[in-house]
Amino acid sequence: MSKEKIVLCEDLADVMPPEYQELVETATYGNQDRGWKDIGSSKELIEQHSLCAGCPESIAFRYILASLPAPENTVFVGSTGCTSLVFPHVAVHNIHSLFGNQNAIASGLKRTLACRFPDIEKDVVVLAGDGATVDIGLDMTMQSWFRQEKFTTICFDNELYANTGGQESGLMQKGFVAKMAPKGKSFEKVRLAEIAREAGCAYVAVLTVSKPNRVEQVIKNAVLVAREIGPTFVQLYTPCILEIGKQSMEGLDEMKDSESIGGRFVQKEYITDEAQKLLDSIKEETKARKKAAKDKKTVNA
Amino acid sequence: MNKQVELKNKRIIASKHVKLGQKNKMNQTYTDINDIFYNSEQTPNFLTGSEVIREAIKRASVGTSVAYPITPQSEAAALIGEIYAEGYLDEYFRGESEFAVMGQCAGASFGGHRVFTTTAGPGTLRAMENFPMWAGSRLPIQVCVTCRGINSPLSIQPDTLEMHYLLETGMLVWHAETAQDLYDFILKGFIVAEQPDVHVPIAVCCDGFFVTHTKDTVDLSPLDKCLTPYDPYRNPQPVMDMETAPIRMMRDPFVMKSNYISYATHASWQQEIKAAVERSRKHTIPLLDGLIDEENIDREILIVGSGTAVSQSREAIRLLEEEGIKVGLVKIKTIRPFPYEEIRQATKNAKHIFVPEFNVAGWLAREIKANIPDNERVYVGPHVAGGMTMPSEVIVEEIKKHLGMEVASRGTLG
Repeated sequence: MSKEKIVLCEDLADVMPPEYQELVETATYGNQDRGWKDIGSSKELIEQHSLCAGCPESIAFRYILASLPAPENTVFVGSTGCTSLVFPHVAVHNIHSLFGNQNAIASGLKRTLACRFPDIEKDVVVLAGDGATVDIGLDMTMQSWFRQEKFTTICFDNELYANTGGQESGLMQKGFVAKMAPKGKSFEKVRLAEIAREAGCAYVAVLTVSKPNRVEQVIKNAVLVAREIGPTFVQLYTPCILEIGKQSMEGLDEMKDSESIGGRFVQKEYITDEAQKLLDSIKEETKARKKAAKDKKTVNA
Repeated sequence: MNKQVELKNKRIIASKHVKLGQKNKMNQTYTDINDIFYNSEQTPNFLTGSEVIREAIKRASVGTSVAYPITPQSEAAALIGEIYAEGYLDEYFRGESEFAVMGQCAGASFGGHRVFTTTAGPGTLRAMENFPMWAGSRLPIQVCVTCRGINSPLSIQPDTLEMHYLLETGMLVWHAETAQDLYDFILKGFIVAEQPDVHVPIAVCCDGFFVTHTKDTVDLSPLDKCLTPYDPYRNPQPVMDMETAPIRMMRDPFVMKSNYISYATHASWQQEIKAAVERSRKHTIPLLDGLIDEENIDREILIVGSGTAVSQSREAIRLLEEEGIKVGLVKIKTIRPFPYEEIRQATKNAKHIFVPEFNVAGWLAREIKANIPDNERVYVGPHVAGGMTMPSEVIVEEIKKHLGMEVASRGTLG
């Protein structure tokens, strides 16, 4: 979809909601260099969120939406959970169907869009919590990787079932006392990144959302590799401050602590050789494009 | 909502489709559904029910089909794979379970494809959570349900109990008696389900094995004519392809709100799905020539049935006729929408109404009992279950027994 498609009819422009008018005027659709730095200065694709105050998921949402290479041709697939409270406010087509079937939905969707739009790259991105990705949906998550479905799976890992009130999940740390784990969780945190690597993901990244530039790079890598090569997976630590007993302003510290040396979320990436080659070539192209633009500017000056 | 629709001069407005008259990559011409069935030569073929499903899908301009093996539908799903390899569909693959398959079908439908899949028995129940989701999301997916037992211990025998579970999913539910019905219902089902004022999924059901694994003579429409393709933009919901403006759907997600507006929204949406199913009547009646078929409904004894129970009843009626007992027949083709008014009319003179069924619940008899006056006239049965066949003689015996007539001992029967 090009930006022209959402241009308002002049006669009716004034009755359209202000957020829609802003979308038409100042969205970063079509800007190749869009990124987290646009947050606050251009129209964001997330209008509001109904998450808890200080929830790291809300900032993760903003970084992800700001980092998509082509939001005007991206469709999101969500699942039941805290994320499903945010999607109704997002200016990108998105699907909520059931709990745990997000990668099945995305498989059918991506293949159909590839058939219907052979000349346009339509990106499909799954965004779901750890319960949906690992517990109830692990079968469909992994099977989509086995089948080499060409879309990105993002998991908001808050290490528990947040939306239903803090029950044990597969990605919870061992020993953590939670609802349904009254004596502490008895088994280790599921090593999903390694599972993803072995199941055939061409690009895997684990990190927190404490540093927006890192999130931006990872999301861009994941979407671009999924376009060209195969499935990609991003696991983001978005702690549920409510359920781990933190204050609204403590989410960032929690993420910083967990990514410091020896922490559970020290940033790591698994990249296949093919994916690395692609990412290198994209980097070169971007560099050349920016240099050319700069040279042109200098000449014009 | 139960008003009868006059048949005369009514034709479904199937297509003012832009592709009407054009050819697809298989050199088939996109043709109006009415012309396919009523203005083309139909050629008899001797085929199994599974092969009939393949033949229908060859002519159905399907975008995506997702397959999963389960007896007795595996053969049909595999045959669709073969025609995919020949070039008839755009996309086909095997999913990992029925739950996943129905999700994959939903994804394809959200993305704008015409979607077909098949399932049976335990697969239908494994997939069940998806069906109300399809309806609520207004996805006009077609699933062919080749019914089989769902009980434990493991059964793979024919049994229509699973249809009972489909009745309140918000899907259209049609029940084919024969392979011919199956062929007609699959093609016509797409067109009815995809009408903008309907736009809900459809389950075309048949009795497994009896229909899928036996051979029958079926009139097929010409292979060089196929349905007009699904137009995803004739849709009450936006297609999830980012080709329309990404509207902000709501200010607050209803799921989290415990207030009257939230409840009212959900309730009205459920009612809208029910209404959409009812609105399918006006498209279905001309295409299927009514929601029911009637034979000799002026008689005091009537059999009302659906699926292969109707075929068995026809033979029972012939046997009874030999003994001078005259029995009429009502065949129900659509279970959702349920032909309330048609059945009320058709049964108004009957004193005894028998409802033979291939399931232990007797769900069709319940539906009828709940919707006609003087329902003590309805005799719930005969029914068989767990894969048992229903010989015509059993129907004869049950009718005679109920009417207080002399019944031959089982040893001397037929």
